Amino acid sequence: MNGPSGDIVVLDYGIGNLASAHRALVRLGARARLVRDPAEAADPAGVVLPGVGAFGRCAEALQASGLIDVARRAIETGTPFLGICVGLQLLYEGSAEAPGTPGLGVVGGVVGRLPAGVKCPQIQWNQLEPLGGRPAELLAGLPERPWMYFVHSYAPPIGPETVAACDYGGPVAAAIERDNLWGTQFHPEKSGTLGLRVLANFVARTGAGDPRR
Amino acid sequence: MRSVRVIPCLDVTGGRVVKGVRFVDLADAGDPVALAARYDFEGADELAFLDITASHEGRDTMVEVVERTAEQVFIPLTVGGGVRSAEDARRLLRAGAEKVSVNTAALDAPDLVARLADEFGSQCVVVAVDARRRVEGGGWEVYTHGGRRPTGVDALAWCARAAELGAGELLLTSMDRDGTRDGYDLELTAAVSGSLRVPVIASGGVGTLEHLVDGALIGKADALLAASIFHSGQHSVGEAKAYLEARGVVVRPSAGAGG
Repeated sequence: MNGPSGDIVVLDYGIGNLASAHRALVRLGARARLVRDPAEAADPAGVVLPGVGAFGRCAEALQASGLIDVARRAIETGTPFLGICVGLQLLYEGSAEAPGTPGLGVVGGVVGRLPAGVKCPQIQWNQLEPLGGRPAELLAGLPERPWMYFVHSYAPPIGPETVAACDYGGPVAAAIERDNLWGTQFHPEKSGTLGLRVLANFVARTGAGDPRR
Repeated sequence: MRSVRVIPCLDVTGGRVVKGVRFVDLADAGDPVALAARYDFEGADELAFLDITASHEGRDTMVEVVERTAEQVFIPLTVGGGVRSAEDARRLLRAGAEKVSVNTAALDAPDLVARLADEFGSQCVVVAVDARRRVEGGGWEVYTHGGRRPTGVDALAWCARAAELGAGELLLTSMDRDGTRDGYDLELTAAVSGSLRVPVIASGGVGTLEHLVDGALIGKADALLAASIFHSGQHSVGEAKAYLEARGVVVRPSAGAGG
């Protein structure tokens, strides 16, 4: 038990540019730390699971780092949790991208390939369409159909937890919310002011914000 | 829906932006961080930094520029110029780049593209292709070393190969048009964008807002890169996007984008 509790921990399991989410949280004045050692993530105020690249590689790296237990514990204990991009996809049972490699399986369904007939990966800004008829807490304070930045070739299935989709050759899941569990297929840390607002909503939920703001 | 990105490109050497930046109201128009922040505010969808020194020292400076930018600007940043190894890419991604672009090194050793895609994911890997129209026989040939060295490689074949190796995106520059302000090579852009599933960034030759529209509608580009039209103060990014939208091109509106 090293690091202080009560911070937002951004799980740094050695894949690509995971530091961006941390940088954005710091910019928002949040108490956030990039964490590589599970021992430094005891009793966090919130957990962010970023992810870029291939599902299989991310799942294996998360497992190998031991940080998968931090993620599981946070989800089970009701700690505010935010999965970003592949970090969202890892919450599902698995992915068509890496058959045989399990995800965390805390949300039902398997991540699938983007629809045929469109450029792949989707690398662009796209507009969120709210789903499910209830206001999502992670989208609080945003315009009704905000533009966000997407970079992905696969996406989770649309389910009861999906609170926003985007249209890309058909409806594509863009954000989920279920109790303490939040996730975005888009990159809030790369989506300008509106993306920062999503992260600010998460920070507010964790209570790890800067009290002066 | 499909939207088209507008990407200002900054040529950087020794930590400074070169190529005629003329913003009198910017305290330091040569500072890439200040310029990046301005373009972000104007509604740029993404920024491209090109390290034109591409020396060892240049790379260190670039990492520092990327770091400082990423602390302030929360839109995607593509960085290229002199990326020759996974280690080069890792440092830039770690510093806050969203994507790295590789050019000469990918042609020298195509496996680098596969290696980068495997290690960081295709979405991080942009292959930059500098192409010149063949004088005889039709088609386009790939050039390296800033467009000075012919390779004998067919541009369309190389683009397809790069996508196969794992490039998530292609940055396609017409060396015939680069710097001319005569507009993109629309035939080249359409030939690549129409035949491949990966997104294509059109580059080289933008001199008017109409050229951007042509790049999207005729060239079928997924993203529009331009430099001098913005740096010269001729048009703001916001004006460019409003113009595109008025001509029926779907873009993320500038209003509500910046700030």
